[in-house]
Amino acid sequence: MIRVENLTKTFDQFTAVKGISFDVEQGEIFAFLGPNGAGKTTTIKMLTTLLRPTSGAIHLNGLDPWVKQKEARQSFGIVFQDPSLDNEQTAYENMELHGVLYHVPRKVRAERIERLLTTFELWERRNDYAKTFSGGMKRRLEIARGLLHTPKILFLDEPTLGLDPQSRNQLWTHVKHLNETEQTTVFLTTHYMDEADRVAHRIAIMDHGAIVAQGTSAELKERTGSDSLEGAFLALTGESLRDEGADSKDQMRQFAKMWRGR
Amino acid sequence: MGAIYILWLREMKRYIRSRVQIVVSLGQPALYLLALGFGFGPVFQKAGEGSYLQFMAPGVIGMTVLFSSIFSGIAMLWDRQFGFLKETLVAPVPRIQIMIGRTLGGATVAMIQGVLILVICLVAGFRPQHWIAVPAAFVFVMMIAVVFAALGTGIGSIIKDMQGFQLIMNFLVMPIFFLSGALYPLKNLPRVLTWITNADPLSYGVDGLRGVLTGLWAFPYALDVAVLCGLAAVFLTMGAWLFSRIQL
Repeated sequence: MIRVENLTKTFDQFTAVKGISFDVEQGEIFAFLGPNGAGKTTTIKMLTTLLRPTSGAIHLNGLDPWVKQKEARQSFGIVFQDPSLDNEQTAYENMELHGVLYHVPRKVRAERIERLLTTFELWERRNDYAKTFSGGMKRRLEIARGLLHTPKILFLDEPTLGLDPQSRNQLWTHVKHLNETEQTTVFLTTHYMDEADRVAHRIAIMDHGAIVAQGTSAELKERTGSDSLEGAFLALTGESLRDEGADSKDQMRQFAKMWRGR
Repeated sequence: MGAIYILWLREMKRYIRSRVQIVVSLGQPALYLLALGFGFGPVFQKAGEGSYLQFMAPGVIGMTVLFSSIFSGIAMLWDRQFGFLKETLVAPVPRIQIMIGRTLGGATVAMIQGVLILVICLVAGFRPQHWIAVPAAFVFVMMIAVVFAALGTGIGSIIKDMQGFQLIMNFLVMPIFFLSGALYPLKNLPRVLTWITNADPLSYGVDGLRGVLTGLWAFPYALDVAVLCGLAAVFLTMGAWLFSRIQL
């Protein structure tokens, strides 16, 4: 469903993603793990047509997203790392707007919005402004919205960041259920090992822009001789803190962006 | 087409829902109209130019439309900040449609504001030379709104923070207003000021409004229309190009 070959992204001198390759099967939940600044978000941005790769190939549902951009975009749903709702519109209006932008026919739109908002336990709050929602509710609304055009692939970029354990638990239950009933392929990134362990069929661990290991959770544990995914993760990526390195890289990226005017 | 409509509708909803903002954004032009209109009235009268209120009312309408339409474009800053811009930019819709929807929405809001301030002008004592002039004035309101909403979209595509907003406010929007002949006649000005006012797009908008409403023209009628239409085309093209280059 997703095929990536030798994908590379270079920002001036800095290489954020270094020739990574992986395959995600139809109906699979695939998790991308990695320390801050490993290149996870850059990868997701390239997969979702927001960033043009420096080199390498991407196939989404058999389409090259840079050649068939419109079709590719129609085929996936995305929940960004940062919120992207229109706070000044109601939950229902947010869904409606998405439906129009994604060419969901008027006839099925209303019925699908009702079904999704009910599934994600937001139907009673459909006429409330998004700005009045809690963090967990906003996330649920974003996922519901991302599913409105029945995408074949759902991208989730750190969807549980800043949520309480209850909301996280509920969110993954929904995602797992969706994956099982609709066979939606899910590509996610997260910092929480327990979540990846629980929901993902296969996991790729990324560090310094490269994939250092991929396989099922059990395979990764076996390979590193650890009894938890967290242990495996630390064994593969080392225990040193990345914040500083990541920050200076981020600064460089910002700097590069500023001078190149984009 | 659906995308253009739904984004236009979004601008409308936001406008209608922010009642406080409507009052606030009409408050400033109303203050200009009352404080300056009546304050400078006697001086203007003594200089033999007739009623100042009558002279400046079209200028205040132009000002309202200018501010409202440029702001609607710059409001993209908030959509960028709160993330909604991303939602529209990854949609399977050509960016030009998104840009047009937003710009038309902003222009429509500005037109409504312009009509509201015209009503306030009428209440304050402004009288058009003929009632048939009002629909003609609306055409000019429309042209001013499109020109500056497109400019606003272009600016909104570039600026990323509040500092940029302040910069645009102080070095673009305020000069456009003060150097447009909205508040004073464009004749017998120092030569440099004449050049500047002739280069100001709003001069032609205000002149068209004033000419239609009161019969007082500084430029030929056709020149006003030509300049506004030309600028609308230029700014729309430029805005679309800048909008298409936004990277997240």
